[in-house]
Amino acid sequence: MARLSESAVAKIEEICSRYTNEPTPLMMILSDIQNEYGYIPLEAQELVSEKTGISVAEIYGVVTFYSYFSLKPKGKYVVGCCLGTACYVKGGGQVFDKFAEVLGIKGGETTPDGLFTLDALRCLGACGIAPAVSINGKVYPKVKVSDVPDIVASYRNA
Amino acid sequence: MSLVNIKIEGHPYQVEAGLTILEAAKICGYDIPSLCAFNHGECNQGSCRVCLVEATGARGLVASCVYPVSEGMEITISSPKAAQARRTSVELLLSNHSAWCQECGKNGSCELLRVAQMTGARVINKTGARTPVTVDELSPSIIRDTSKCILCGRCIARCGNAHGLSVLGFENRGFNTIVGPAENRSFTESPCILCGQCVSVCPTGALMEKSEIWKIDEAKKAGKFIVVQTAPAVRAALGEEFGMKIGTPVTGKMVAALKRLGFDRVYDTNFGADLTIMEEANELLKRIKEGGVLPMITSCSPGWVNYAEYYYGDQLDHLSSCKSPHEMFGAIVKSYFAERNGIDPKNIFVVSIMPCTAKKFEKERDQLKNAEGLPDVDCVLTTRELGDLIRRSGINFTKLPDEEFDQDLLGEYSGAGVIFGVTGGVMEAALRTAYHALTGREHELIKFEQVRGLDGIKEAAIDIDGKVINVAVAHGMKNAKVLMDQVRAGTSKYTFIEIMGCPGGCVAGGGQPYVKPCFLPNEDIDILDTYRQKRADALYTEDERQAVRQSHNNTQIQKLYAEYLGEPCGHRAHELLHTTYAPRERFDKK
Repeated sequence: MARLSESAVAKIEEICSRYTNEPTPLMMILSDIQNEYGYIPLEAQELVSEKTGISVAEIYGVVTFYSYFSLKPKGKYVVGCCLGTACYVKGGGQVFDKFAEVLGIKGGETTPDGLFTLDALRCLGACGIAPAVSINGKVYPKVKVSDVPDIVASYRNA
Repeated sequence: MSLVNIKIEGHPYQVEAGLTILEAAKICGYDIPSLCAFNHGECNQGSCRVCLVEATGARGLVASCVYPVSEGMEITISSPKAAQARRTSVELLLSNHSAWCQECGKNGSCELLRVAQMTGARVINKTGARTPVTVDELSPSIIRDTSKCILCGRCIARCGNAHGLSVLGFENRGFNTIVGPAENRSFTESPCILCGQCVSVCPTGALMEKSEIWKIDEAKKAGKFIVVQTAPAVRAALGEEFGMKIGTPVTGKMVAALKRLGFDRVYDTNFGADLTIMEEANELLKRIKEGGVLPMITSCSPGWVNYAEYYYGDQLDHLSSCKSPHEMFGAIVKSYFAERNGIDPKNIFVVSIMPCTAKKFEKERDQLKNAEGLPDVDCVLTTRELGDLIRRSGINFTKLPDEEFDQDLLGEYSGAGVIFGVTGGVMEAALRTAYHALTGREHELIKFEQVRGLDGIKEAAIDIDGKVINVAVAHGMKNAKVLMDQVRAGTSKYTFIEIMGCPGGCVAGGGQPYVKPCFLPNEDIDILDTYRQKRADALYTEDERQAVRQSHNNTQIQKLYAEYLGEPCGHRAHELLHTTYAPRERFDKK
């Protein structure tokens, strides 16, 4: 547990203590940790295991089952390319590939400078503006492959 | 108990309410193919879909392992629709399974192959993508090959039930789901105690012990002097490998087989167990007299030692410093025995036949090598591997005569050594000798009933000339944790604690023959509830048959101390027979 800072240990213990009366507290604890830190490393899972009596293997299973949870820190800007059916048929796949090319990473990865994470999303519910891309909550409608370098540059230079 | 009326294949039956269709059908004499269900719901995922049947009142086919019977239910197993569905389920499993059966160690006891035969799933006609595979061969004890895993979850359930926290879990999602330790780590990089309970319940070859039979071939080719020793629990179960009833003791046949396998000496680890008792009982008395760390805890079970190092690294001074019996035996073979026979210890190859997968790891510990790096024990085979070795050699085990262990130097053993193989046995053996050491008399009872039986935690207060010693026995880490939390909190009232890794002790160890009811048509329907006791009884019977029942009355042990070791716990004994432990990080951070 050496790699968690003292304040992180205290915070995670506090999060666990919020749900001591819940019969199945794991999802809530993990959601709070994900929201607090942006990811749930193994050290945090070990601490949650100690506090809840749920095995690390089971916690790891839950973390890897739900795409909302992340094992690695995400970048400052999380680029979510929608690959839902509507976006996909309107060229979302090519947009995704272009982001991967421009950023030099694959889906699920983060750039070495920690600036960008590229995620493939399954439907943002914005099919009318397909293909859609969401960056830290800001939605870009009808994105064309040729738009991608400018979008990336606007964040890189921000 | 309320009963319900059901019909199976048109025949009326009365069965207990609340049973699953699968259980009810079994009681009524039907054998529905099933795979993921195990041991009265110890594992009940309903995930493999191999046990599908038709049942009135249900929509579509139901998984009989999770669907309960109800009044008036009519169950059809044999309809074309149900039979076809079961076959398809098995074909789908096979389509994502590396079905190279001839190279698989579970061949002969593979439940997937059995249901394939039962359902008629012979042709694998479903091709396509396969789940990415992990093969973990890093551990000396257990191999995990996810290409053979059917995601039944039995291993996860067994690990959790036996030890409290399961080291194994499902990870990832959908088609990419696999079973493994967190982060898909190797067993060597996770807090797995290597007990092998998961191997004993795995229906396929996904979890297997790592075979070391090849090492014996190499040793023979190199012209080594090979000494084999057999743990007490092996004789209580080896017969099962050859179709004998569970609980049949086969000591004589086992010895006869080993002598035909070309070993230079065939000895009993029980000699090592007697030696362990001499050291351990004296260590205990020394700790009591000199105000040492109490309670003292046994250290024979390598699964338990692994657990202690992972979870109670701050309490390791409670563990007896005694090596486990087969390690003591190996150390004596490579010193005393070598010296007396004029053999270079480097030329001796010690093979241990053990009911245990963790022993494979134990023998590689640095603490169990001498100053020149020579290990006490060179090779550990499980009871199952000995079965393989005997079959490979063309020996007809059931037709063998009964023969005796070699008797020179290290051949004698007491009844106390025999019962080491069952939970409570080490405690009982130690009490017999500690009582004698303190009072100079033998205990009138010999048997210490309070520490026998399969309760998770047993305790006893032993009166030794007015001085009462509180002792406790635990097996399975779930139970050990209860006692260890008391130790850590400083509230433990015990002086001496025995802990064994596997529930039931070594007789039910992870290296023992598989107890799979589907392959044991001549055993009782409740065999999974009774096999531990049946094997234990085989050992208690052998104890009773022994002329000598206390370790300190073993004359070869007395001679070993008089002529070679000196005092128990003395200087030379300490050098050869004692060891150390070190805390280990549960998830090593690289």
